[in-house]
Amino acid sequence: MLSADQCRSLRCLAEMMIPTSADYGVPSAGDDAIFGDILQSLGRDAGHVIAVLQTLDAMSGGPFADLDPQRRDAIAAQFRETGGEALAYLTRIILQCYYRDDRVMRSLGMEPRPPFPKGFEVEQGDWSLLDPVRARPKLYRDAG
Amino acid sequence: MDYEGRAKCTNLGHCTSGCAQGAKASTDITYWPAAIRAGVELHTRCRVREITTNEHGMASGVVYYDADGVEHFQPAEVVILACNAVGTARILLNSVSARFPTGLANSSGLVGKNLMFHPYARIAGYFDEMLDGYRGPGNCIWSQEFYETDQSRGFMRGYTFEFSRGQGPVMAAVDGMQTGRLPWGAEHHRAYRKLFCHRTGMVAICEDLPEEHNTVTLDPVLKDTNGIPAPKITYTLSANSRRMLDHAVARASEILRAAGAYDLWYEAPIPGGGWHLMGTARMGTDPARSVVNEWGRSHDVKNLFIVDGSIFVTSGGVNPTRTIQALALYIADSIKQRLATLFD
Repeated sequence: MLSADQCRSLRCLAEMMIPTSADYGVPSAGDDAIFGDILQSLGRDAGHVIAVLQTLDAMSGGPFADLDPQRRDAIAAQFRETGGEALAYLTRIILQCYYRDDRVMRSLGMEPRPPFPKGFEVEQGDWSLLDPVRARPKLYRDAG
Repeated sequence: MDYEGRAKCTNLGHCTSGCAQGAKASTDITYWPAAIRAGVELHTRCRVREITTNEHGMASGVVYYDADGVEHFQPAEVVILACNAVGTARILLNSVSARFPTGLANSSGLVGKNLMFHPYARIAGYFDEMLDGYRGPGNCIWSQEFYETDQSRGFMRGYTFEFSRGQGPVMAAVDGMQTGRLPWGAEHHRAYRKLFCHRTGMVAICEDLPEEHNTVTLDPVLKDTNGIPAPKITYTLSANSRRMLDHAVARASEILRAAGAYDLWYEAPIPGGGWHLMGTARMGTDPARSVVNEWGRSHDVKNLFIVDGSIFVTSGGVNPTRTIQALALYIADSIKQRLATLFD
């Protein structure tokens, strides 16, 4: 679907968006597993993503990934200003795949699992706040 | 706790996209199984083109297309519409005949008029403390402090605040990126941890009022894949609703700041709103000023009933489904009680 150059540019962009962090013990969005998930998740947005990468490479005068780091930063900054809706599609896919990675979820204190079937415990509020509501007369009539 | 065969809520947090636990009282596990057990035959993925009428001006059935595009005619003694303010108006306006040249049940000219949405304001705040975030039902507390008319506020009627919890990890990131709170690069991780499970807020669901210039009409060109003329929506946010939204943002900001929010975000109206559809076949006792009578029967066609949000005369500043359900039950009871004289 994506050309080899487009794949390299996308990976480069993903790593710039979310780099590795030793402080938080998390990989970058260009990590093999996460990037593989990104490529598999393009789905209906593949057209937008390809258009974004074509624009990015055009702005770069060649593959974005081949630019030196300083030039890449400049192009990426410019791209963020002008990328519009198509860039928003691409960003969402990168974020979606990054923040469902088991390692990233663990680093956030989450169990890497779907909500169902275990569910979650939540702190109970002060149910006595409802006592005055329960004590007041009915506002409604019973159904016939 | 368990209730009528449904398991208790386990705080999955994805209520609006369906409850895997089966705890949510959605109609797929409440009314529909009971209706099917009682003999209702459900045809899905079908589109009604029009309601037909006979020589007496009574509804005689519907013409519809199945999922394969095959046309069918379903004869009926009684036709009951439940397609809400866009779908119901569309079918009625598409049901033209020599006897009903402007559409069925439309002698008042009000079919498709008075379309109402619920303009929503969404306000959120970011807090230092850790919050529930993605755990638990998103919509958990309501307040109707500003629901009733108070002329000093500068608008008629009011709104309900629906307080929500937070967001899952992906939505926290997407929202953070879209609102400029989440940067690219080395600062991304630190910034994200200030957003995730640190945000909560509310929506204000505003009571839109009926205005005849807000309409559902038939598009002169656009058709669906079955060739049925498509609905065309014309809607302008009223000055009254605009003032209500502004008021809601101001009061919500005060609430969130008082609760300790250090950063606020809002949008009003939310751009993706407009999913509550009401008002295009209003209920009333005067056939010149309404489409159905006080128990849901069309003034013009005595075996045609409407049981959806289109019969609302105002929108109410609350989610409308329970009111629609109550009206549907009330109209069903009315039909049952009047069987001997239903078409008089």
